[in-house]
Amino acid sequence: MAAGPYSEKVMEHFMNPRNVGEIENADGVGEVGNPACGDMMRLYVKVEAGKVSDAKFRTFGCGAAIASSSMLTEMIKGKTIDEARAITNTQVSDALGGLPEVKIHCSVMAEEAVKAALDDYSKKHPG
Amino acid sequence: MAHIFFDHISTTPVDPRVIEAMLPYFGEKYGNPASHIHDLGQTALRSLDAARGSVARMVGAQPGEIVFTSGATEANNLAIKGAAAGSKDRRHIIVSEVEHFSVLNALLPLRASGFETTVLHVDHDGRVDPDDVRKAIRPDTLLVSVMHANAEIGTIQPVSEIGRIARERGVLFHTDATASAGHIPVDVEAIGADLLTLSAHNFYGPKGIGAIYVRKGTRLESMLDGGFQEGGYRAGTENVPGIVGMAAAAEIAMAESVGWADRLAPLGRQLWDGLEASIPLLHFTGHPKERLPGHVSFWVEHAEGESLLLLLNMQGVMAASGSACSSNLRGHDEEDLVASTVLKAIGVPSDICTGSVTFSMGKDNTGADVAHVLSVLPAIVSRLREMSPTWLDYQKQQGG
Repeated sequence: MAAGPYSEKVMEHFMNPRNVGEIENADGVGEVGNPACGDMMRLYVKVEAGKVSDAKFRTFGCGAAIASSSMLTEMIKGKTIDEARAITNTQVSDALGGLPEVKIHCSVMAEEAVKAALDDYSKKHPG
Repeated sequence: MAHIFFDHISTTPVDPRVIEAMLPYFGEKYGNPASHIHDLGQTALRSLDAARGSVARMVGAQPGEIVFTSGATEANNLAIKGAAAGSKDRRHIIVSEVEHFSVLNALLPLRASGFETTVLHVDHDGRVDPDDVRKAIRPDTLLVSVMHANAEIGTIQPVSEIGRIARERGVLFHTDATASAGHIPVDVEAIGADLLTLSAHNFYGPKGIGAIYVRKGTRLESMLDGGFQEGGYRAGTENVPGIVGMAAAAEIAMAESVGWADRLAPLGRQLWDGLEASIPLLHFTGHPKERLPGHVSFWVEHAEGESLLLLLNMQGVMAASGSACSSNLRGHDEEDLVASTVLKAIGVPSDICTGSVTFSMGKDNTGADVAHVLSVLPAIVSRLREMSPTWLDYQKQQGG
């Protein structure tokens, strides 16, 4: 396989992204990023019994943005809401075997997407 | 797997004949042209003179008007800063907004030291209007610098007209011919250039060597303090192997480049038509006719540039993008990711999701390469769009 500018893990997730798509009647949807900055992510979550039971995403962006989105959905599935909220961009980038310094913002976008989706969930499900 | 190099605008493969010409100058012919009393130095000096003649012929100049440099960046710096340093009272410089960074950034220290600059806008096709040059010239204008052809969008500038205007007004004219030389005719008289930049690795020569044409009588200050090499314009022992390689590449280009262009122009057309027919929401950049042969550039909606390049690379196709995300992966922070100024200049929207691609073919590309690219790119674009939230929204809009 051709060598890219990213780690093998990033390329693997970029080439075979997990959980692409949308969830009909999602319990929470978070949209972060900005097309002008070159990347934008929409995260859909389903919450059952206080846990993230499913997660799907759509992302416009570079290899790192797509890989971060994919990795994030893997990481939050099965986590409690508090655990999912606690996920940091560093954990996402570490799980990907590291990102180039200029691409750290892609993992930040992933972190922000979870928080946005779970904020949306809390708003829709008060108490 | 396919191995298709469609990024000749970044560099070209060194022609095997060029390598062959260079090799002796790393080994047995290692003399320094400055030390030419003995045989080895004499060999080097003669090779240097012959090389200067070849490069001069390539652009219709006299051998004494060619100054070898480390490449186009140095040549552009020398043109701008050297002319500025050589100027007594003219303190105004005109450039276009689509110049290479080595022209645009060379202006920064000049501005700090009191020079005034006018940066000309280009039209939607990336062309400078010669009339704008005429209007921008002031009594204290020293220099106009407008590139011959743009690497990213392929547009060829009306340099002959600009050169004529500059000449009429007694203003120096510099043109950066990095992207054009060796691919389309470049003649300093036809262009009316006083200064012209050349880069060997852009026409099948080696990296690390370039030249600047300096019209006889042009006032230009050297930027390096040192010896008297290169007519006093460029101190330092000459890169003899590189210079010999550049000359070999120039000779090959003089003999063969018309044939390359005749073959590449229809291939470019084929690629253009194929893309137009197979990918919706694709917008070509640059001038549709006045462009480098075999150069096809465009941007697409709802698919990001770096992702396009990564997936193309997976299919054995190597291309370039002006999108911010692919600009500098070795940088240190996000600020190092900058969208191309050229795309901004020609009005590519920055507030919607787009990805730009530049395909630049070279002499060894074939119709099969074009067919391969056309067979893989539509699926790549679709794949990224299917992943993009903006595409989803767009389709809902269309449907609703």
